[in-house]
Amino acid sequence: MHEYSIVTALIEQCETLGAENQAKAITRVEVKIGMLSGVEPALLSQAFETFKLDGICANAQFNMQIQPLVLQCHQCGQTSEQTERTIICSHCQSNNTQIIDGEDMMLMQLEMDT
Amino acid sequence: MCQDCGCSMTHDHHHDSLHTNPQLNDKKTLSVIHKILDKNDVEAQHNRDHFEKNGICAFNLMSSPGSGKTTLLEHLVDQTDMKYAVIEGDLETSRDADRLIAKGINAYQIQTGSACHLDAFMVHGALHHVELEPLDICFVENVGNLVCPASYDVGTHKNIVLLSIPEGDDKIEKYPVMFRRADLVLITKSDLQQHFDFSVESAKAQLAKLNPDVQVMSISVKEPQSLQPLVDWLATQQAGLKQQLAEQA
Repeated sequence: MHEYSIVTALIEQCETLGAENQAKAITRVEVKIGMLSGVEPALLSQAFETFKLDGICANAQFNMQIQPLVLQCHQCGQTSEQTERTIICSHCQSNNTQIIDGEDMMLMQLEMDT
Repeated sequence: MCQDCGCSMTHDHHHDSLHTNPQLNDKKTLSVIHKILDKNDVEAQHNRDHFEKNGICAFNLMSSPGSGKTTLLEHLVDQTDMKYAVIEGDLETSRDADRLIAKGINAYQIQTGSACHLDAFMVHGALHHVELEPLDICFVENVGNLVCPASYDVGTHKNIVLLSIPEGDDKIEKYPVMFRRADLVLITKSDLQQHFDFSVESAKAQLAKLNPDVQVMSISVKEPQSLQPLVDWLATQQAGLKQQLAEQA
C-alpha cells in the first residue's frame, strides 16, 4: 500500500504549487499514471479522497490518465503502444526497445481558484 | 454527507456546475508535469552522491519475504574480500541487522513501522550511522515485498531482485514492475530445484519479454561456489563505477 505515501507526496506538491500561485483552492488535479509505474489506480484515487480532506485540495477533483507503454524500437525504428506488460516491439517482434512512456507517475495539470 | 444540501451523497454532484461557471470563480489552469516522487528522487541522488564520494557502489536488494536476502548477505562475507555494510529495512525488529552483526558485518537497521518500502529519506537517515570510508560496496536490504519497493529510488546504483525456487517462476509475470527494474535477478535456494516445478528456462523467457538486458544467476548458500558469479558481478559493477567516477574527475 505505497499509494498512501505517493498521495502524500502529490498533495505536498499541490500545496507548494498552490502557494506559489496564490491559489485559494485547488479544484482539479490531473495525473498521468504509467502502466508500469507500480501503482494501482483505484487505490491511488481512494488514497487521494482520504488525504485531501484538510488541505488546499479538499474539494479537488482527481483525474487519472492511465498511460500505456510506449516503445521506441531500435531495430525497426518505429514506435508502438502496448497495453500488455511487454517490451517486445509489436511491428518487428524485436526486444531491442526502449520504454519512452508508461513507467512514471506525473502530476500534469492543476486547476485552481485564485 | 454532502456539504451543500445535506443529502447523503458523498460525491461532489453540485460542484461540476460551479466549476464550469466562470462568473463565480476565477479559475487558473496550471500545466506542471512534475514527477510525483520528485522529492524522493532528489534525495536519492543525494544518497548516490554520498556513496560516490566514498567510491562505493550501492545495491538495492529486493524480493518477497523469506527468499533469502539476509541469508545471502550473511554468507557473501566468506566469499569476497570486498568490504560491505548493509542498511536493513524491516517493519519491526532488528533481527536481520543482529544476524549480520553477529557475522562481523556492519549493519544498521531501519524499522519502518507500517511502511511497506524504504524511501530515499529513510536510507539517508541510516547512511549517517554507517561508516562509509572503509567500504567498497553497500547493500540496502529493502522491506520484503515484491510490489511497493519497486516504485522508490533509494539512491543505490543497481537493483538486485531475488526469487527463490519455492516461490515459483510465475512471480515474474505477476510482479512485472519489480522484475522490470532489476539489473540482476538471483534465483535463490537453487539446491531445492529438484523438489519444485520451478523452470529456470520459463523464468528467463518471461524476463526476456520484460527486461531483456537483465542478468540471471542461480545461487544457493548451501553451495558456496555458486556465489562466485555473483561476487564477480558485484566486483565488475564496483570497478565500472570507479572508472566512471575517475573519468568524471
